[in-house]
Amino acid sequence: MDPLMPPPVRRIAVDREPHVAEPTAPGANGTAGPAPGAPGARRRVLRGAPTVVRERMRIESVSLAYGPTWVVRNVSLPVRQGEVLALIGASGSGKTTLLRSLNRLTEVTAGATRAGCILLDGQDIHELEVNDLRRRVSMVFQQPNPFPMSIYDNVAYALAEQRPPRGRRRRRTPELEAAATDALRRAGLYEEVSTDLERSALKLSGGQQQRLCIARALAAGPEVLLLDEPCSALDPISTATIEELIVGLRDSVAIVIVTHNLQQAFRVADHVAFMHLGELVEYGSSDQVFDRPLQRRTREYISGAFG
Amino acid sequence: MLGALGAALLVLIGAMVVTVFIKAWPSFSANGLHWFGAGGNVDTQLRAMQESSPLPGHELSYFRAWPLIWGTVLTTVLAVLLALVVSTLAAVFLTEFAPEPVRRTLEPVIRLLAGVPSVVYGLIGILALAPLINSHLISNSRKSSVAYVVQLNGADLTTATIILAVMITPIMVALIAGALAAVPAPWREGSAALGVNRWRTVVRVSLRTARPAIVAATVLATARALGEAIMLSMVSGGRGFAANPLDGITFLFEPVRPLAATIVQESEGLSIGPLAHTVYALAAVLLVSAALLSIAGWAAKQPLKRYGVRA
Amino acid sequence: MESAHLAPSPGGAPVARPQRHGTASWPLADRIGYCLCWVTGIALCLIALGIVLFMLVKGIGYLRPALFLESPAASLQQSKAGGFLDPIIGTLIITVIGTLIAAPTGVAIAAWISEYGRPAPLARAVESAIDVIAGVPSVVLAIFGLLVFSESFLGFLSQNAVNGAVYGRSFFAAGIVMALLALPLIVGSTREALAQVPDRIREASYALGKSRASTIRYVLLPAIRPDIASGIALGMGRIIGDTAIITILLGVTLTNEKVGGVPLIGNLRGSGSTLTSYVYNNSPAGEGNAPQKAYAAAFVLLMVVLGLNALVTRLTGAREPGVAGSLFRRAVEAGRRAWTR
Repeated sequence: MDPLMPPPVRRIAVDREPHVAEPTAPGANGTAGPAPGAPGARRRVLRGAPTVVRERMRIESVSLAYGPTWVVRNVSLPVRQGEVLALIGASGSGKTTLLRSLNRLTEVTAGATRAGCILLDGQDIHELEVNDLRRRVSMVFQQPNPFPMSIYDNVAYALAEQRPPRGRRRRRTPELEAAATDALRRAGLYEEVSTDLERSALKLSGGQQQRLCIARALAAGPEVLLLDEPCSALDPISTATIEELIVGLRDSVAIVIVTHNLQQAFRVADHVAFMHLGELVEYGSSDQVFDRPLQRRTREYISGAFG
Repeated sequence: MLGALGAALLVLIGAMVVTVFIKAWPSFSANGLHWFGAGGNVDTQLRAMQESSPLPGHELSYFRAWPLIWGTVLTTVLAVLLALVVSTLAAVFLTEFAPEPVRRTLEPVIRLLAGVPSVVYGLIGILALAPLINSHLISNSRKSSVAYVVQLNGADLTTATIILAVMITPIMVALIAGALAAVPAPWREGSAALGVNRWRTVVRVSLRTARPAIVAATVLATARALGEAIMLSMVSGGRGFAANPLDGITFLFEPVRPLAATIVQESEGLSIGPLAHTVYALAAVLLVSAALLSIAGWAAKQPLKRYGVRA
Repeated sequence: MESAHLAPSPGGAPVARPQRHGTASWPLADRIGYCLCWVTGIALCLIALGIVLFMLVKGIGYLRPALFLESPAASLQQSKAGGFLDPIIGTLIITVIGTLIAAPTGVAIAAWISEYGRPAPLARAVESAIDVIAGVPSVVLAIFGLLVFSESFLGFLSQNAVNGAVYGRSFFAAGIVMALLALPLIVGSTREALAQVPDRIREASYALGKSRASTIRYVLLPAIRPDIASGIALGMGRIIGDTAIITILLGVTLTNEKVGGVPLIGNLRGSGSTLTSYVYNNSPAGEGNAPQKAYAAAFVLLMVVLGLNALVTRLTGAREPGVAGSLFRRAVEAGRRAWTR
């Protein structure tokens, strides 16, 4: 063996040609038309037809700026209880900023300016007391952020803080326990944790923690629930669970969800608002926006021309 | 070779601890457990040892340390409690409520306070604060009411506690503010999004998360307070008098004589047998307290690990 | 928040001025807490200001340049006689001795713990020993030092009394024990700084064939020079400010006395005073009763220590601070950045 010669190349035996699956014909297995971004693939639709719909919030000509640049430009949208509103768009389209302005979290940043008007049940939210507003409009964040306390303390947190500071402050009163149990049930977490509510919330899995955050947001009885890409940090099974949860909740709270996942928007949303570079490009029912988009940009985004 | 250096240091410290206890032993063995008890005037006992003339009815090593121990406990506990409250509030202010220019000023201020030597604090105490308390807070009737037992002149428990608290506040503020600022933003944001105001958020989330740091800060501060000798020897009154809480308000103005201050004050006579043993015995008590303190601090952090509060 | 920069909004809706959340709507208990926070913050500022101003006002009356050049003199008119020269020299000597011993030792021990650390139980024990030194009150260190230096075989470090007993108190003795005081600060700074040096730098040096010792000497230590310097500065600040060890181990005399005829060693074997013991002795707690002198010396002392602290801040301000730098400045920055996004 000449040490300078490279070792012989071994041929890997191939038995047969690799099998490539054919795209199934549209309309098979009771699904709706072509999914956004993946023509022909199957996907499930969770939402049924919306039931009673009632307007909760109204966004009127809202513009938001951090420093000199306007991040959200002249957006007007209704938010209704009984349906799910999805804000979709590429990164930097301003959808998260718009969401955060709904419970005035944008004010925490120094240098944030706003124009326009947001109404909650007819009242301007900037005239409400800010903590009052945030109890009525709750938010769930992208990364699950349970407090370093027990599961019970997490869920009962907002309610416990709403009680008057004087008077008896026992940790577990019947009212608090009932409210916590109810919230956990609505969030679909009760069966999994009912055995030990005193366990540390940080020991739960990612999907459970996010459901805990949803339960925590629901415990105070909000009128509107804001979800900022709630499933982007989770695995598919947890995602599916939470999506079912969201659709199930829409009759009791108005839901606004920001998502960059078009399939998710299609699955859960009744109305979709597409934003691009701060402007509201198109707003309509999800069937209409996904199947028959009116704007060119919407069509391009949905078909994956940019993302 | 470097390892030998470390080992040498280890041997040195070990030798120090052992030597202190060896030199302290004769005082303990002569007095038994009564060493910690009360009995007679500590000052006269120490004087007797220094002049090698035993008090009538007692041997030369007779010593009852209770007034000193009680003085130490009083000053340390009161100062740490005061400093804990002040430091926590100041740390919350620094991290949550202070506007930017105020925060930028407060930081060097804390560093400044931490750097002032204890003798300067003592000077301010004895020349400024004590006369102030003497003339404005202690009335003449109060002085005459206890004149047969002790003189009240402003160098007392209150002055010592206040200045000690000011001395230990900067360390505590630095540690607690650091821990508060390290509370993960998602927790604070989540609490705000639930409609809880900033103060309640701080109390229920941030301070809870910062509890290990608060414990650490308290332990550190207590160790500092225990070991403070010079400042206390200047302002605490120097009389081995066990301040009596039952005296009411007068209690606050009675002089005390903490352990470390006593060691400094008696350091002249360290060549004299019984006095040396007694002083080393005081030092031994200090060492043991410091050790117990560390253990207590470690134990206090344990229960919090359960809830994911990182210690 | 500058209204001049509010551009007209797209869509023409009126632009609102950013508002600051008031606390008027908070429950009473919360508002009290908020007020207390403000009160303590401002109070701390006022106390610090008060201390410096008080020292300034009281000390400036007595302070004049000649003081720095005169030796303290015993005289019946205590408040008018003598200057600070000897105490200042004394402080200098003590600081130099303490730092000369503590700096190399501290850096060496820190490097050993951080880079070698074998055998592990020994390393942990040494770490604990450093913590113990940091926690022991300086008085206890001082009386232990007195014990050690009173041994006859160490008589060369101080003087011998008439009956053969060793005095045990001298600049040497005080300086050596002061080194113990500064040691934990230097070790702590150096260890923190070494921990922050990324491993890839060490690996690069090893890959080039350098041994661990020369990596430490030529690569790591130069990289953390500012942190070592600030640790040393902190240690110096601690040494300068300590009085207990001086009182017990320096055999306080008014001027710096020499022992024996040897030029430098004689001074170091002798007794003397430092700024701190000078202040102590001139206060009502000491022998003299010259508050003027005490104030003036205290003011000088305060300025020296504060200047040293400012130096530390400057040293650690340029790069990522180690433990010597502001522990909470780093954390407050991180917190502020995270909270306002």
